[in-house]
Amino acid sequence: MPAFYLIVITLGAFYLGYRFYSKYLAERVYALDPNFKTPSHEFSDGVDFVPTNKHILLGHHFTAVAGAAPIVGPAIAVYWGWLPAIAWVILGTIFGAGVHDFGAIVTSARNRGQNIGTLSGKVISARASTLFLLIIFFLLTLVNAVFGVVMAILFQAHPGSVIPAVIVIPIAMCIGQWVYRMKGAVLIPSIIGLVLLYAAIPVGQAYPIHIDGLANLLGLSVRTTWIILIFAYTWFASRLPVWLLLQPRDYINGQQLLVALVVIFAGVIVGWDQIVAPAVNHVAADTKQWFPYLFITIACGAISGFHSLVASGTTSKQIDKETDARYIGYCGSLGEGSLALAAILACTAGLGSAADWSSAYSSFGAASGGALGHFVDGVGHFLSNLGIDAQLGASFAVVVVVTFAGTTMDTGVRLQRYILEEIAELAGFRSLVGKTTVLTTLAVVIPLALALVPGGDSAGGKGFAFGQLWTLFGTTNQLTAGLALSVISVWVMSRNRNPLAAIVPLTFLLFMTSWALVLNLISFLQEGSWMLLIMDAAIAVLTAWLIVEAVTALNRQRGERRAEVADES
Amino acid sequence: MADDKSLWRRINSYHDELFVAPWRASIAREARKEEDVLVALLFLEALGIPGSADYFALELYPDLIEAFHHWHQRMGMETFPEAGVCC
Repeated sequence: MPAFYLIVITLGAFYLGYRFYSKYLAERVYALDPNFKTPSHEFSDGVDFVPTNKHILLGHHFTAVAGAAPIVGPAIAVYWGWLPAIAWVILGTIFGAGVHDFGAIVTSARNRGQNIGTLSGKVISARASTLFLLIIFFLLTLVNAVFGVVMAILFQAHPGSVIPAVIVIPIAMCIGQWVYRMKGAVLIPSIIGLVLLYAAIPVGQAYPIHIDGLANLLGLSVRTTWIILIFAYTWFASRLPVWLLLQPRDYINGQQLLVALVVIFAGVIVGWDQIVAPAVNHVAADTKQWFPYLFITIACGAISGFHSLVASGTTSKQIDKETDARYIGYCGSLGEGSLALAAILACTAGLGSAADWSSAYSSFGAASGGALGHFVDGVGHFLSNLGIDAQLGASFAVVVVVTFAGTTMDTGVRLQRYILEEIAELAGFRSLVGKTTVLTTLAVVIPLALALVPGGDSAGGKGFAFGQLWTLFGTTNQLTAGLALSVISVWVMSRNRNPLAAIVPLTFLLFMTSWALVLNLISFLQEGSWMLLIMDAAIAVLTAWLIVEAVTALNRQRGERRAEVADES
Repeated sequence: MADDKSLWRRINSYHDELFVAPWRASIAREARKEEDVLVALLFLEALGIPGSADYFALELYPDLIEAFHHWHQRMGMETFPEAGVCC
């Protein structure tokens, strides 16, 4: 089947989802009111609370939620065939992510722009705030671990991408200084920055960076050395002021994201590539099955709890009219779904022949360890359809993924430092409060230890448990989504509206996550992977806790509703 | 030509709002954090804590009272409980 058909089917389904389902959500579930005074007007301060044009705010929201995760998850999940992956992306986006992201914006906007952590304490129970803190701790630990490995895999496999990936840092800092010091528009310096970045790609090809010598000197493998170097860099980067490196690099990421989406879809259309992967790949019975692992392997790209942090953290404070939430929240999740579609296309239509695909996806370990490599090769192929050298195209894709992963790790370690500080305060370790160096070191060392955990089935991962870490990351991401959906459901019930649109994805996510956690628990126990076993058990406890909190809160709300009806009659 | 200029200006403006505005906001946020600490220090007395700089900062109060109002709202107090300070 031509890959173009998949684009038409997916984007067509997304259009129908927006046209009909989001309209239903806006009118019947969230009951949007165009006259409601949004926080951006009520608390306007020119910094956080700023009424913003809905098209611009969609751009802000989309570039904040999109990252490397909607690329990695689908690139692994096509191991079970393209059909389950694309079906989950379509259904998850329309009936899960759309409800979740849209609902998080509305719920937050109706509660003075408070974030989902504060809202969970207010709407569910006081204990839910602690639960939120712990879920975010595990989410960030796993985010930092997996993206550390992602970057190491790419640098080892594509040494030509190291120079352009590193050169992003001074370019971002220079544009940053321009923005900081000059008050005018920055389109021209921005274009110069992009030209310099793309010019660095052939330079990187000419001078690939190999660190074998350093690895031999340290007596470590090349990948271990890369992982340690990346975490060491993150230790320093996460201590810099946000405006110096993090924010300008995020700005370059936003531009890269749009460029990448355009060239991938253009490459597929121009090259008229065929999908070479099977619709359903019947894998051996003793390996991970698509049911339930698909639903945690693709989190970002189908439904992701991380989006609720952005939706309630910044977007809800900037919406001009409450009715804009439909366009921004729902279309933001469709944008993320489109990125997942691009990853699926690259890994099913960009890898040559069916035999090449079968060899690349010979086992779950090969699929997970090689996921990024497959995506990068696929994008290289699509760019060759546009007349660009495939190697340069692959380097471009590596730079996109690495800058995303680097920014995610920088943010992740920074946030983890704050979370650790709060946990230390709650646990009574007051001596740790304010100790930035110690907290940053802890925020780096914990995921570093996880990133170096050896894995049994990681043929493509070359000895690292990347696949297992990725599934654990998916569970924490879905738990965050579960918490946000619980808040949304209770809030919708409190307004005497039918909460089923939120309760159905909530139940589905919690069921799939619990199931996958139990299967992982058994598998880690059999393999003797004690560190992963402890992580999995801790996340399972949080899942059980969340289920109890969600059921209790929904029951309480139902009781209050019945009492109100009885009072009225 | 006039249309070209206007198109260029529009692209410039969209680019600025889309990519640069969040970043400028983060710079403003950082600056506001520093100002928040300054306001808290200058209004220590109003918070019930003896402040060594109060005597010298007294004449700044009329200029800072609006900033103080926004400050206590950001800190979660809709109105400031101490009579005669603001609100």
